[in-house]
Amino acid sequence: MPPTDAKPSAPPPAITVDRLVVDRGGRSVLRDLSTTVPAGSVTGLLGPSGSGKTTLIRSIVGTQKVKSGRVTVLGDPAGSKPLRNRVAYVTQDASIYPDLSVRSNVAYFAALYGRRRADAMAAIERVGMGEFAGRLAANLSGGQKTRTSLACALVCEPEVLVLDEPTVGLDPVIRDELWSQFRALASAGKTLVVSSHVMDEADRCDRLLLLREGLFIADDTPGDLRAATGTENLEAAFLHLIRELEETR
Amino acid sequence: MSLRITLITAGRILRQLLNDRRTVVMILAVPALIISLISAIMDAAPAVFDQVGLILLAAFPFMLMFMITSITLLRERTGGTLERLMTTPTAKMDLVGGYALAFGVCASLQTAIAATVAYLWLDLDTVGSAWTVGLIAIVTSLFGMALGLFVSAFASTEFQAIQFMPVLIVPQLFLCGLIWPREQMAGWLQGVSDALPLTYAVKALQEVQVSSDLTAAMWGDLGIVAGAVVVATVLGAATLRRRTG
Ligand SMILES: Nc1ncnc2c1ncn2[C@@H]1O[C@H](COP(=O)(O)OP(=O)(O)O)[C@@H](O)[C@H]1O
Ligand SMILES: [Mg+2]
Repeated sequence: MPPTDAKPSAPPPAITVDRLVVDRGGRSVLRDLSTTVPAGSVTGLLGPSGSGKTTLIRSIVGTQKVKSGRVTVLGDPAGSKPLRNRVAYVTQDASIYPDLSVRSNVAYFAALYGRRRADAMAAIERVGMGEFAGRLAANLSGGQKTRTSLACALVCEPEVLVLDEPTVGLDPVIRDELWSQFRALASAGKTLVVSSHVMDEADRCDRLLLLREGLFIADDTPGDLRAATGTENLEAAFLHLIRELEETR
Repeated sequence: MSLRITLITAGRILRQLLNDRRTVVMILAVPALIISLISAIMDAAPAVFDQVGLILLAAFPFMLMFMITSITLLRERTGGTLERLMTTPTAKMDLVGGYALAFGVCASLQTAIAATVAYLWLDLDTVGSAWTVGLIAIVTSLFGMALGLFVSAFASTEFQAIQFMPVLIVPQLFLCGLIWPREQMAGWLQGVSDALPLTYAVKALQEVQVSSDLTAAMWGDLGIVAGAVVVATVLGAATLRRRTG
């Protein structure tokens, strides 16, 4: 993996992962991962199901027990107190209260982050849930739950937003809108890490981390990845890398 | 710990309960109905009802708070919201405090209704004041809440959480003096009974039954229940982990 040497002029990275090792259920799930995520970018964390995406994301937000190594976010250890209203996490399964309305869910998280009710309404509008604001979360479709969960994170106006497979099962139009929002947030200087197990969103990212069996097999821009592997689409690039690795074994 | 976040959390939990009509009815009305039923059953023996009805004023909310807390917290753990909260400015004690406050409000309302029904309609008779009975009942139901908080860590489904009832709650109910006088139990059973916190809630209630003064014995027994609330809460809070494997 090419080390991303910080150029003297480059701003400090938003996230630094340094030799991270995580065991889960007695098995090594992340095996010595290192990378840096530049501020103001969208980084795609791609890999098949079970490759360790959620585990890495949990390590970045500080809810995962790690065996060794270090994760630093905005200059502080992952999960430490000063980060708790600067970093927001959208879990893979919508983590909202089914027995509360959309409005009450988002207003609750808004209050925890010290934001106002009006901010909650704005976040609900941003994810296109305005017309469902009064509906109980239990009565929402899967995609609507995901969007509500996203609103609960957006309401924090986080500097770092970590999203675990946020677009699974969403309508293509809404998916497109969300990606535009992610891009807009990055342009405004926020840092986003978005995981996905499908490749068709990879081109929306500034950088890609390809994860397989707990190891990074690529850490590059989509363009450079295509060029390096001599492939047209990223799915093919991923396959190419896996084959290459298996041959060298 | 932050008072602001504790209050926000309590508000959220109460709002969740309010959206569930059946639970609201269960919390507010069921203890009063059960006590009315017992009163009707014991119609021929008002003196027995004075004993049993009084104990039920504390024992029933204790059981109910255990059930409701263990299940709501289990949902918080398994639904991913607990993990999410751990990434927000919420401290563990804010969450525990929020639960205690929200369910403390529920327990107070529940006790107020049940005690009003028992004293005014069912002719429950105690020498000491109904207010003291209410205080004992609220502290006892907080003990149920704290136990529920603790056991929610050891269950992975709601069915498993409910299985703790016959293990942790029923023995306390049977041995506290509710169904049989403690003095008439075998010595070893009295020993077990002495080790169970609910026993001291019953002892405190029995003090109120016979004395109009707030006796030292009553405060001592209530203090033991309050101590059990603190211990169970600390144990329960220790099961809330910011980082998990
Ligand atoms: N709670 C857990 N206990 C034990 N092993 C787990 C647990 N969660 C996930 N794993 C294992 O860790 C590996 C990585 O999982 P995960 O990070 O969820 O992958 P992904 O998000 O890429 O699908 C998988 O092999 C999975 O079986
Ligand atoms: Mg996952």
